[in-house]
Amino acid sequence: MQVPARFDYEVAASVEEAIRLLERHGPEARLLAGGHSLIPMMKLRLAFPETLIDIHELDGELRYIREEDGALEIGALARHQDVLDSEVVRERYPILWDAETMIADPLVRNMGTVGGSLAHGDPAEDLPAAFMALGCEVVARGPGGERTIPIDELQTGPFETVLDPAEIIVGARILRAPQGSAYTKVKRRTGDYASAAIGVALNISDGEIRDAGIGMCAVGGQTLRARGAEEILEGQRPNMELYKRAGERAAEESEPSEDARGPVEYKRDLVKVLVVRALEKAVERAGGGA
Amino acid sequence: MRISMNVNGQTREADVEPRLLLVHFVRDVLELTGTHWSCDTSNCGACTVQLDGEPVKSCTVLAVRANGHEVTTIEGIWSGTELTPMQEGFRQEHGLQCGFCTPGMILTATAFLENNPDPTEAEIREAISGNLCRCTGYENIIKAVQWAANSREGVSV
Repeated sequence: MQVPARFDYEVAASVEEAIRLLERHGPEARLLAGGHSLIPMMKLRLAFPETLIDIHELDGELRYIREEDGALEIGALARHQDVLDSEVVRERYPILWDAETMIADPLVRNMGTVGGSLAHGDPAEDLPAAFMALGCEVVARGPGGERTIPIDELQTGPFETVLDPAEIIVGARILRAPQGSAYTKVKRRTGDYASAAIGVALNISDGEIRDAGIGMCAVGGQTLRARGAEEILEGQRPNMELYKRAGERAAEESEPSEDARGPVEYKRDLVKVLVVRALEKAVERAGGGA
Repeated sequence: MRISMNVNGQTREADVEPRLLLVHFVRDVLELTGTHWSCDTSNCGACTVQLDGEPVKSCTVLAVRANGHEVTTIEGIWSGTELTPMQEGFRQEHGLQCGFCTPGMILTATAFLENNPDPTEAEIREAISGNLCRCTGYENIIKAVQWAANSREGVSV
Protein backbone atom coordinates (compact mmCIF):
# COMPACT_ATOMS: atom_id res chain seq x y z
CA MET A 1 0.00 0.00 0.00
CA GLN A 2 1.38 3.38 -1.01
CA VAL A 3 0.93 6.04 1.65
CA PRO A 4 2.45 9.53 1.61
CA ALA A 5 4.77 10.53 4.46
CA ARG A 6 3.15 12.69 7.13
CA PHE A 7 2.57 16.36 6.35
CA ASP A 8 0.70 19.32 7.77
CA TYR A 9 -2.33 20.40 5.81
CA GLU A 10 -3.71 23.89 5.27
CA VAL A 11 -6.52 25.13 3.08
CA ALA A 12 -6.14 28.58 1.53
CA ALA A 13 -9.27 30.69 1.13
CA SER A 14 -7.65 33.20 -1.25
CA VAL A 15 -4.52 33.64 -3.36
CA GLU A 16 -3.26 36.15 -0.81
CA GLU A 17 -3.74 33.65 2.00
CA ALA A 18 -1.94 30.96 -0.02
CA ILE A 19 1.05 33.30 -0.36
CA ARG A 20 0.98 34.08 3.38
CA LEU A 21 0.85 30.36 4.19
CA LEU A 22 3.76 29.66 1.82
CA GLU A 23 5.78 32.37 3.57
CA ARG A 24 4.88 31.04 7.01
CA HIS A 25 5.66 27.39 6.26
CA GLY A 26 8.87 27.99 4.30
CA PRO A 27 10.50 26.28 1.34
CA GLU A 28 9.39 22.74 2.28
CA ALA A 29 5.74 23.65 1.81
CA ARG A 30 4.01 22.84 -1.49
CA LEU A 31 0.79 23.99 -3.07
CA LEU A 32 -1.75 21.25 -3.74
CA ALA A 33 -3.95 21.86 -6.78
CA GLY A 34 -5.30 18.78 -8.60
CA GLY A 35 -2.59 16.69 -6.98
CA HIS A 36 -2.37 14.21 -9.82
CA SER A 37 1.39 14.65 -10.20
CA LEU A 38 2.30 15.55 -6.61
CA ILE A 39 0.28 12.90 -4.75
CA PRO A 40 1.66 9.98 -6.82
CA MET A 41 5.19 11.29 -6.14
CA MET A 42 4.38 11.54 -2.43
CA LYS A 43 2.96 8.00 -2.46
CA LEU A 44 6.17 6.74 -4.04
CA ARG A 45 8.12 8.75 -1.43
CA LEU A 46 9.83 10.71 -4.18
CA ALA A 47 8.46 13.92 -2.64
CA PHE A 48 8.21 14.79 1.06
CA PRO A 49 6.63 18.19 1.50
CA GLU A 50 6.36 19.18 5.16
CA THR A 51 3.18 21.13 4.51
CA LEU A 52 0.56 20.98 1.79
CA ILE A 53 -1.37 24.16 1.14
CA ASP A 54 -4.55 23.11 -0.63
CA ILE A 55 -5.72 25.73 -3.14
CA HIS A 56 -8.73 23.88 -4.55
CA GLU A 57 -11.11 26.32 -2.88
CA LEU A 58 -9.71 29.10 -5.11
CA ASP A 59 -11.76 28.05 -8.16
CA GLY A 60 -13.63 31.35 -7.99
CA GLU A 61 -10.38 33.28 -8.41
CA LEU A 62 -8.32 30.99 -10.59
CA ARG A 63 -10.59 28.74 -12.66
CA TYR A 64 -11.29 30.50 -15.96
CA ILE A 65 -10.48 30.48 -19.66
CA ARG A 66 -11.20 33.79 -21.37
CA GLU A 67 -10.09 36.06 -24.18
CA GLU A 68 -9.11 39.58 -23.19
CA ASP A 69 -7.90 42.19 -25.69
CA GLY A 70 -7.11 39.38 -28.13
CA ALA A 71 -5.07 37.43 -25.58
CA LEU A 72 -6.06 34.04 -24.19
CA GLU A 73 -5.97 33.89 -20.41
CA ILE A 74 -6.11 30.55 -18.65
CA GLY A 75 -6.42 30.51 -14.87
CA ALA A 76 -4.11 28.24 -12.92
CA LEU A 77 -7.00 26.12 -11.61
CA ALA A 78 -8.57 25.53 -15.03
CA ARG A 79 -8.82 21.75 -15.27
CA HIS A 80 -7.52 19.88 -18.29
CA GLN A 81 -11.16 19.07 -19.04
CA ASP A 82 -12.03 22.79 -18.99
CA VAL A 83 -9.45 23.37 -21.73
CA LEU A 84 -11.01 20.56 -23.78
CA ASP A 85 -14.47 22.04 -23.28
CA SER A 86 -13.45 25.56 -24.33
CA GLU A 87 -14.82 26.73 -27.69
CA VAL A 88 -12.13 29.41 -27.93
CA VAL A 89 -9.40 26.84 -27.46
CA ARG A 90 -10.90 24.47 -29.99
CA GLU A 91 -11.29 27.15 -32.66
CA ARG A 92 -8.24 29.34 -32.13
CA TYR A 93 -5.72 27.27 -30.16
CA PRO A 94 -6.11 23.71 -31.54
CA ILE A 95 -2.59 22.84 -30.31
CA LEU A 96 -3.96 22.96 -26.75
CA TRP A 97 -6.99 20.92 -27.70
CA ASP A 98 -4.80 18.31 -29.42
CA ALA A 99 -2.53 18.11 -26.38
CA GLU A 100 -5.37 17.81 -23.90
CA THR A 101 -6.98 14.90 -25.76
CA MET A 102 -3.73 13.00 -25.21
CA ILE A 103 -2.98 13.95 -21.59
CA ALA A 104 -3.48 11.07 -19.16
CA ASP A 105 -7.13 9.93 -19.24
CA PRO A 106 -10.55 11.57 -18.75
CA LEU A 107 -10.64 10.97 -14.98
CA VAL A 108 -7.22 12.48 -14.42
CA ARG A 109 -8.23 15.41 -16.65
CA ASN A 110 -11.10 16.12 -14.26
CA MET A 111 -8.61 16.85 -11.47
CA GLY A 112 -5.34 17.95 -13.06
CA THR A 113 -4.85 21.70 -13.52
CA VAL A 114 -3.07 23.93 -16.01
CA GLY A 115 -1.17 25.74 -13.25
CA GLY A 116 -0.08 22.47 -11.69
CA SER A 117 1.28 21.15 -14.97
CA LEU A 118 3.38 24.32 -15.31
CA ALA A 119 4.56 24.51 -11.69
CA HIS A 120 5.49 20.83 -11.49
CA GLY A 121 8.32 21.37 -13.98
CA ASP A 122 8.15 17.83 -15.35
CA PRO A 123 9.93 17.64 -18.73
CA ALA A 124 7.43 14.95 -19.76
CA GLU A 125 4.38 17.19 -19.18
CA ASP A 126 2.63 18.10 -22.42
CA LEU A 127 1.24 21.55 -21.69
CA PRO A 128 4.62 23.27 -21.15
CA ALA A 129 5.71 22.12 -24.63
CA ALA A 130 2.45 23.31 -26.18
CA PHE A 131 2.72 26.62 -24.33
CA MET A 132 6.35 26.96 -25.44
CA ALA A 133 5.31 26.63 -29.07
CA LEU A 134 2.71 29.33 -28.45
CA GLY A 135 5.20 31.58 -26.64
CA CYS A 136 3.03 32.00 -23.57
CA GLU A 137 3.65 34.08 -20.48
CA VAL A 138 3.28 32.58 -17.03
CA VAL A 139 1.81 34.93 -14.45
CA ALA A 140 3.01 34.36 -10.89
CA ARG A 141 2.14 36.18 -7.69
CA GLY A 142 4.24 36.34 -4.52
CA PRO A 143 4.83 38.50 -1.47
CA GLY A 144 6.35 41.19 -3.70
CA GLY A 145 3.42 41.30 -6.12
CA GLU A 146 2.82 39.87 -9.58
CA ARG A 147 5.36 39.15 -12.30
CA THR A 148 5.34 37.66 -15.78
CA ILE A 149 7.70 34.81 -16.62
CA PRO A 150 8.30 33.90 -20.29
CA ILE A 151 7.58 30.18 -20.68
CA ASP A 152 11.11 29.62 -22.02
CA GLU A 153 12.49 30.77 -18.66
CA LEU A 154 10.10 28.91 -16.33
CA GLN A 155 11.97 25.62 -16.00
CA THR A 156 15.55 25.45 -14.81
CA GLY A 157 15.91 21.66 -14.76
CA PRO A 158 13.93 18.49 -14.16
CA PHE A 159 11.13 19.39 -11.71
CA GLU A 160 12.77 22.76 -11.05
CA THR A 161 11.44 26.20 -11.89
CA VAL A 162 12.35 29.84 -11.30
CA LEU A 163 9.36 30.20 -8.97
CA ASP A 164 10.26 31.53 -5.54
CA PRO A 165 9.17 29.35 -2.60
CA ALA A 166 6.33 31.76 -1.74
CA GLU A 167 5.15 32.32 -5.31
CA ILE A 168 2.00 30.86 -6.84
CA ILE A 169 1.24 30.60 -10.55
CA VAL A 170 -2.07 32.37 -11.09
CA GLY A 171 -2.38 31.80 -14.82
CA ALA A 172 -0.97 31.61 -18.32
CA ARG A 173 -1.40 34.23 -21.01
CA ILE A 174 -1.00 33.82 -24.76
CA LEU A 175 -0.85 37.21 -26.40
CA ARG A 176 -2.34 36.21 -29.74
CA ALA A 177 -3.64 33.14 -31.49
CA PRO A 178 -1.38 31.61 -34.14
CA GLN A 179 -2.85 31.05 -37.61
CA GLY A 180 -2.03 27.37 -37.38
CA SER A 181 -1.00 25.04 -34.59
CA ALA A 182 -0.91 21.36 -33.74
CA TYR A 183 0.34 18.90 -31.13
CA THR A 184 1.52 15.39 -31.94
CA LYS A 185 2.53 12.68 -29.52
CA VAL A 186 3.56 9.06 -29.37
CA LYS A 187 2.77 7.21 -26.17
CA ARG A 188 2.71 3.52 -25.43
CA ARG A 189 -0.83 3.55 -24.07
CA THR A 190 -3.46 5.79 -22.52
CA GLY A 191 -2.24 7.16 -19.21
CA ASP A 192 1.45 6.77 -20.01
CA TYR A 193 3.83 9.68 -20.41
CA ALA A 194 4.90 10.65 -23.91
CA SER A 195 7.68 8.69 -25.55
CA ALA A 196 8.05 12.00 -27.37
CA ALA A 197 5.68 14.83 -28.23
CA ILE A 198 5.93 17.97 -30.36
CA GLY A 199 3.93 21.19 -30.40
CA VAL A 200 4.02 23.60 -33.34
CA ALA A 201 2.47 27.06 -33.72
CA LEU A 202 3.03 29.24 -36.78
CA ASN A 203 1.92 32.20 -38.84
CA ILE A 204 1.99 32.43 -42.63
CA SER A 205 1.94 35.55 -44.79
CA ASP A 206 2.36 35.87 -48.56
CA GLY A 207 2.74 32.11 -48.74
CA GLU A 208 5.76 32.10 -46.45
CA ILE A 209 6.11 30.99 -42.84
CA ARG A 210 6.58 34.25 -40.97
CA ASP A 211 7.31 32.74 -37.58
CA ALA A 212 7.18 29.31 -36.00
CA GLY A 213 7.39 28.00 -32.45
CA ILE A 214 8.33 24.38 -31.73
CA GLY A 215 8.12 22.90 -28.22
CA MET A 216 9.48 19.44 -27.44
CA CYS A 217 8.20 17.21 -24.63
CA ALA A 218 9.91 14.25 -22.94
CA VAL A 219 13.11 14.44 -24.99
CA GLY A 220 15.36 16.27 -22.53
CA GLY A 221 15.95 17.22 -18.91
CA GLN A 222 13.43 20.00 -19.35
CA THR A 223 10.88 21.14 -21.89
CA LEU A 224 12.90 22.14 -24.95
CA ARG A 225 12.46 24.65 -27.70
CA ALA A 226 13.75 23.71 -31.17
CA ARG A 227 15.17 27.10 -32.06
CA GLY A 228 17.31 25.86 -34.94
CA ALA A 229 14.32 24.14 -36.52
CA GLU A 230 12.24 27.28 -36.07
CA GLU A 231 14.90 29.29 -37.94
CA ILE A 232 14.94 26.81 -40.81
CA LEU A 233 11.21 27.37 -41.29
CA GLU A 234 11.12 31.14 -41.09
CA GLY A 235 10.78 32.96 -44.41
CA GLN A 236 10.26 29.69 -46.31
CA ARG A 237 7.32 28.42 -48.34
CA PRO A 238 5.78 25.40 -46.61
CA ASN A 239 6.62 22.08 -48.25
CA MET A 240 7.50 18.53 -47.26
CA GLU A 241 11.23 18.89 -47.89
CA LEU A 242 11.29 21.88 -45.55
CA TYR A 243 9.35 20.00 -42.87
CA LYS A 244 11.84 17.14 -43.05
CA ARG A 245 14.81 19.46 -42.71
CA ALA A 246 13.15 21.09 -39.68
CA GLY A 247 12.46 17.65 -38.21
CA GLU A 248 16.07 16.60 -38.62
CA ARG A 249 17.30 19.80 -37.01
CA ALA A 250 14.84 19.38 -34.10
CA ALA A 251 16.04 15.79 -33.61
CA GLU A 252 19.61 17.13 -33.32
CA GLU A 253 18.42 19.69 -30.80
CA SER A 254 16.60 17.12 -28.68
CA GLU A 255 18.42 15.50 -25.75
CA PRO A 256 16.50 12.29 -25.07
CA SER A 257 17.68 9.63 -22.68
CA GLU A 258 17.07 5.93 -22.88
CA ASP A 259 14.33 4.45 -20.71
CA ALA A 260 11.52 1.91 -20.89
CA ARG A 261 9.97 3.98 -23.70
CA GLY A 262 12.92 3.37 -25.98
CA PRO A 263 16.54 4.09 -26.83
CA VAL A 264 17.94 7.51 -27.74
CA GLU A 265 17.98 6.90 -31.50
CA TYR A 266 14.34 5.81 -31.52
CA LYS A 267 13.30 8.94 -29.66
CA ARG A 268 15.26 11.18 -32.01
CA ASP A 269 13.50 9.45 -34.88
CA LEU A 270 10.16 10.14 -33.20
CA VAL A 271 11.07 13.83 -33.01
CA LYS A 272 11.79 13.87 -36.76
CA VAL A 273 8.50 12.24 -37.62
CA LEU A 274 6.39 14.18 -35.10
CA VAL A 275 7.77 17.56 -36.22
CA VAL A 276 6.79 16.74 -39.83
CA ARG A 277 3.29 15.64 -38.78
CA ALA A 278 2.75 18.67 -36.56
CA LEU A 279 3.93 21.03 -39.29
CA GLU A 280 1.66 19.42 -41.90
CA LYS A 281 -1.33 19.80 -39.60
CA ALA A 282 -0.48 23.33 -38.43
CA VAL A 283 0.04 24.59 -41.98
CA GLU A 284 -3.20 22.95 -43.11
CA ARG A 285 -5.03 24.64 -40.24
CA ALA A 286 -3.43 27.96 -41.17
CA GLY A 287 -5.05 27.54 -44.56
CA GLY A 288 -1.76 27.60 -46.45
CA GLY A 289 -0.47 24.37 -47.92
CA ALA A 290 2.43 23.32 -50.01
CA MET B 1 -8.26 16.66 11.17
CA ARG B 2 -12.03 16.66 11.49
CA ILE B 3 -13.74 16.32 8.11
CA SER B 4 -17.35 16.23 7.04
CA MET B 5 -18.68 15.39 3.63
CA ASN B 6 -21.83 14.30 1.91
CA VAL B 7 -21.44 10.67 0.88
CA ASN B 8 -24.30 9.15 -1.09
CA GLY B 9 -26.69 11.75 0.30
CA GLN B 10 -25.66 11.36 3.94
CA THR B 11 -23.38 13.57 6.01
CA ARG B 12 -20.38 11.56 7.16
CA GLU B 13 -17.85 12.90 9.65
CA ALA B 14 -14.56 11.53 10.88
CA ASP B 15 -11.17 12.43 12.31
CA VAL B 16 -8.53 11.55 9.78
CA GLU B 17 -4.85 12.08 9.11
CA PRO B 18 -4.31 14.52 6.24
CA ARG B 19 -2.39 11.82 4.37
CA LEU B 20 -5.34 9.41 4.31
CA LEU B 21 -6.41 8.82 0.71
CA LEU B 22 -10.04 9.07 -0.22
CA VAL B 23 -10.16 5.44 -1.37
CA HIS B 24 -9.11 4.24 2.09
CA PHE B 25 -11.47 6.66 3.80
CA VAL B 26 -14.36 5.29 1.76
CA ARG B 27 -13.42 1.63 2.17
CA ASP B 28 -11.91 1.45 5.64
CA VAL B 29 -13.57 4.28 7.58
CA LEU B 30 -16.99 4.34 5.93
CA GLU B 31 -16.87 0.60 5.08
CA LEU B 32 -18.21 1.23 1.59
CA THR B 33 -16.24 -1.54 -0.07
CA GLY B 34 -17.92 -1.30 -3.44
CA THR B 35 -15.15 1.14 -4.32
CA HIS B 36 -12.23 -1.07 -5.25
CA TRP B 37 -8.58 -0.46 -4.55
CA SER B 38 -6.13 -1.89 -6.97
CA CYS B 39 -3.19 -0.35 -8.83
CA ASP B 40 -2.57 2.51 -6.39
CA THR B 41 -0.93 4.48 -9.22
CA SER B 42 -3.84 6.43 -10.85
CA ASN B 43 -3.88 4.00 -13.75
CA CYS B 44 -6.62 1.42 -13.38
CA GLY B 45 -9.72 3.38 -12.31
CA ALA B 46 -11.04 0.62 -10.02
CA CYS B 47 -11.17 3.25 -7.23
CA THR B 48 -13.33 5.66 -9.24
CA VAL B 49 -15.83 7.70 -7.23
CA GLN B 50 -17.71 10.83 -8.21
CA LEU B 51 -16.47 14.00 -6.50
CA ASP B 52 -19.05 16.75 -6.91
CA GLY B 53 -20.53 14.69 -9.74
CA GLU B 54 -17.32 14.12 -11.68
CA PRO B 55 -15.54 10.77 -11.81
CA VAL B 56 -12.10 10.85 -10.18
CA LYS B 57 -9.53 8.30 -9.06
CA SER B 58 -9.87 8.20 -5.29
CA CYS B 59 -6.40 6.68 -4.81
CA THR B 60 -5.00 10.04 -5.91
CA VAL B 61 -7.26 12.32 -3.88
CA LEU B 62 -6.77 13.09 -0.19
CA ALA B 63 -9.80 12.47 1.99
CA VAL B 64 -9.34 15.97 3.41
CA ARG B 65 -9.66 17.36 -0.14
CA ALA B 66 -13.26 16.10 -0.15
CA ASN B 67 -14.06 17.93 3.10
CA GLY B 68 -17.27 19.88 2.53
CA HIS B 69 -17.85 18.26 -0.86
CA GLU B 70 -20.12 15.57 -2.29
CA VAL B 71 -18.92 12.04 -2.90
CA THR B 72 -20.91 9.37 -4.71
CA THR B 73 -19.79 5.75 -4.61
CA ILE B 74 -21.31 2.76 -6.38
CA GLU B 75 -23.49 2.20 -3.29
CA GLY B 76 -25.03 5.63 -3.91
CA ILE B 77 -25.96 4.91 -7.51
CA TRP B 78 -28.61 2.38 -6.64
CA SER B 79 -31.95 3.71 -5.51
CA GLY B 80 -32.58 0.63 -3.39
CA THR B 81 -35.47 -0.60 -5.50
CA GLU B 82 -34.52 -0.70 -9.15
CA LEU B 83 -31.37 -0.64 -11.24
CA THR B 84 -30.32 2.53 -13.02
CA PRO B 85 -30.28 2.39 -16.85
CA MET B 86 -26.50 1.99 -16.70
CA GLN B 87 -26.67 -0.88 -14.23
CA GLU B 88 -29.39 -2.51 -16.28
CA GLY B 89 -27.26 -2.03 -19.40
CA PHE B 90 -24.39 -3.90 -17.77
CA ARG B 91 -26.85 -6.68 -16.84
CA GLN B 92 -28.48 -6.88 -20.27
CA GLU B 93 -25.27 -6.76 -22.28
CA HIS B 94 -23.14 -8.89 -19.96
CA GLY B 95 -20.92 -5.86 -19.31
CA LEU B 96 -19.03 -7.58 -16.52
CA GLN B 97 -17.13 -10.78 -16.03
CA CYS B 98 -15.21 -10.77 -12.75
CA GLY B 99 -16.85 -7.49 -11.79
CA PHE B 100 -13.79 -5.86 -10.30
CA CYS B 101 -13.78 -2.84 -12.64
CA THR B 102 -17.57 -2.56 -12.74
CA PRO B 103 -18.18 0.01 -9.98
CA GLY B 104 -15.63 2.35 -11.53
CA MET B 105 -16.94 1.72 -15.03
CA ILE B 106 -20.51 2.47 -13.97
CA LEU B 107 -19.58 5.68 -12.11
CA THR B 108 -17.48 6.90 -15.05
CA ALA B 109 -20.04 5.94 -17.69
CA THR B 110 -22.98 7.38 -15.74
CA ALA B 111 -21.29 10.78 -15.43
CA PHE B 112 -20.25 10.58 -19.08
CA LEU B 113 -23.83 10.10 -20.31
CA GLU B 114 -24.95 13.07 -18.23
CA ASN B 115 -22.69 15.26 -20.37
CA ASN B 116 -23.03 13.34 -23.62
CA PRO B 117 -26.39 11.52 -23.80
CA ASP B 118 -25.96 10.34 -27.40
CA PRO B 119 -22.32 9.31 -27.74
CA THR B 120 -20.55 7.61 -30.62
CA GLU B 121 -18.72 4.37 -29.99
CA ALA B 122 -15.41 6.22 -30.26
CA GLU B 123 -16.53 8.69 -27.61
CA ILE B 124 -17.50 5.85 -25.28
CA ARG B 125 -14.10 4.18 -25.78
CA GLU B 126 -12.38 7.47 -24.95
CA ALA B 127 -14.63 8.09 -21.92
CA ILE B 128 -13.73 4.74 -20.31
CA SER B 129 -10.06 4.87 -21.31
CA GLY B 130 -9.07 5.61 -17.71
CA ASN B 131 -10.83 2.50 -16.43
CA LEU B 132 -9.13 -0.81 -17.07
CA CYS B 133 -10.99 -4.13 -17.35
CA ARG B 134 -8.61 -6.91 -16.46
CA CYS B 135 -10.93 -9.44 -18.12
CA THR B 136 -10.55 -7.32 -21.31
CA GLY B 137 -14.33 -7.33 -21.66
CA TYR B 138 -14.48 -3.93 -23.30
CA GLU B 139 -16.79 -4.84 -26.18
CA ASN B 140 -19.67 -5.70 -23.87
CA ILE B 141 -18.95 -2.72 -21.61
CA ILE B 142 -19.32 -0.47 -24.65
CA LYS B 143 -22.58 -2.23 -25.55
CA ALA B 144 -23.76 -1.72 -21.97
CA VAL B 145 -23.13 2.02 -22.17
CA GLN B 146 -24.91 2.11 -25.54
CA TRP B 147 -27.82 0.20 -24.00
CA ALA B 148 -28.07 2.80 -21.24
CA ALA B 149 -27.86 5.67 -23.74
CA ASN B 150 -30.61 4.14 -25.88
CA SER B 151 -32.86 3.35 -22.94
CA ARG B 152 -32.61 6.97 -21.81
CA GLU B 153 -33.87 8.04 -25.18
CA GLY B 154 -36.76 5.64 -24.79
CA VAL B 155 -35.63 3.36 -27.61
CA SER B 156 -36.81 -0.17 -27.12
CA VAL B 157 -34.19 -2.84 -27.53
